[in-house]
Amino acid sequence: MAMISIRDLVVEYGGRRVLDGLSLDIEAGETMVLLGGSGAGKSTLMRQIIGLERPKSGSISVKGVDITRCSPAELKQIRRSMGVAFQDGALFNSLSIADNVALPLREHTSLAPSIIDLDVWIKLAAVGLAEFGKLLPQELSGGMKKRAAVARALALDPEILVFDEPSSGLDPIVAAELDDLILFLKHTFQQTVIVVTHELPSAFRIADRIAMLYKGSFLAVGTKEQIKASQNPHVRQFLDRVPDNTATTRTVEAYFEKYVQSPAPSPRPWRPWERVEAYFEKYVQSPEVKR
Amino acid sequence: MATFAEKVGKSTLEHLDYIGGLSIQTWATIRALGVALPFTGNRYRWKAAIVQMLQIGVEAIPMVGLMALCCGFILAMQGASELRRVGAMSLTIDLVAIGFTRELGPLLTAIAVSGRSGSAFSAEIGTMMVTEEVNALRVMAFDPVEFVLAPKLLAALITVPCLTVFCNVCGIFAGGVFMFFSTHLGLGTYLHGVMTSIHLRDVISGVIKSVAFAIIIVMVGCREGFRTHGGPEAVGRSATAGVVSSTFLVIVADAVFTAIFYFTGGH
Repeated sequence: MAMISIRDLVVEYGGRRVLDGLSLDIEAGETMVLLGGSGAGKSTLMRQIIGLERPKSGSISVKGVDITRCSPAELKQIRRSMGVAFQDGALFNSLSIADNVALPLREHTSLAPSIIDLDVWIKLAAVGLAEFGKLLPQELSGGMKKRAAVARALALDPEILVFDEPSSGLDPIVAAELDDLILFLKHTFQQTVIVVTHELPSAFRIADRIAMLYKGSFLAVGTKEQIKASQNPHVRQFLDRVPDNTATTRTVEAYFEKYVQSPAPSPRPWRPWERVEAYFEKYVQSPEVKR
Repeated sequence: MATFAEKVGKSTLEHLDYIGGLSIQTWATIRALGVALPFTGNRYRWKAAIVQMLQIGVEAIPMVGLMALCCGFILAMQGASELRRVGAMSLTIDLVAIGFTRELGPLLTAIAVSGRSGSAFSAEIGTMMVTEEVNALRVMAFDPVEFVLAPKLLAALITVPCLTVFCNVCGIFAGGVFMFFSTHLGLGTYLHGVMTSIHLRDVISGVIKSVAFAIIIVMVGCREGFRTHGGPEAVGRSATAGVVSSTFLVIVADAVFTAIFYFTGGH
């Protein structure tokens, strides 16, 4: 049985269809990369998988439990087996890095404080932040924040680890370090990993399989090699980084012709006496108009 | 005409949606209040409630005290200037004592707490919404209502009535100081006059109002925070909306409570 099973998922925002009948199985222990351009629907799909939003129709089963229809208590239980590293970290700014990692351990387990401290140190060491536990999130760099978020996501040793745009906003070296970290965690903890990204080098480095999203639908789902060999024009456009040529489309050309090239109509001079004269002629002098 | 009707309908629906959301949030928070209680609840929520009590209550003491002293002087001076003409200077004591216990104490405290803490709640939760901290809480299997709202409500329910009583004391004390300097009335005599003029029901009605105001300030402030969408500028808008809406609703609620107490014979 697949760890996560998505069936006919439809999501709409204000009548606008964002995800259109998606179906996907994510097996236990595999790294699935949700790849796509901006607005493709990959972050929306991630929010559905982690149970932050409910779909219009369709189902998402996580460990055999349909999280779109389960009770809040069941959803809480499922969430304890998930760790999510958000795009900007989403660390609690009032807590130190160590306290951020310790929070789920303190609240969801009955471990002794000394064991929790040890566990926190292990998780911080796993992401290379063992010496920075006492710092506040705002004292960290972008890459360190992301690693701290990963440490917090690892806190409860989840079976499923979700990364939202792990490389965005980072320089290539730090982004590569995060890719290494994801691979290291996967090999060490044998977790099911879901990564949402639009970074091609990162996706091809860490993925076991890639699901390519385009306008709310899957264009292709397969291994790295299958995606690379795909002849789908949209997949090829994305992989070959071919621009959409938005600036030469007919709409833009028409806009350009209408508003930029054609001379602007000259503003009508302000002559209020003309309006008074016209009013006088219409309502006072003309005999047809009855008062 | 259709456009006007559409606008009215849209505005009505939006306000109904707001009131509905506020009611659901209030009910959920009252149900979750148990987790913030000491001994029986979650000790981390109780600790958070204590921190909130310090922020809402203890840190507001100087501001509430000064506001109450100033208003006590103002009320006593304005009252005395008119009452002196009709030879009823002694009624100034009743004016200050009853005015503060029934009305000014709860209202001044609520306005101070709304300005300090209502906007702070909106800004704090708004920032949490913008930075996805609320989503992080939810995916870590925490209920934002239990985690964020319950400690704030418990803290406000305890501190706002206490601040109100403190405000009453300061206001009445200011009246006593004025009476001492203007008529050389001894503080003991003044206090005796105060004790004879106010009744227990006056104090209780003021405390009941303060409890209602505490709920309004916390719920409206937090609601505006949870409605925050967008960037940092949205947080600023939420903070403003939080303090404006809560102050407005506090005054509306004050009018309603005063009418209830008046028509049921409480006053």
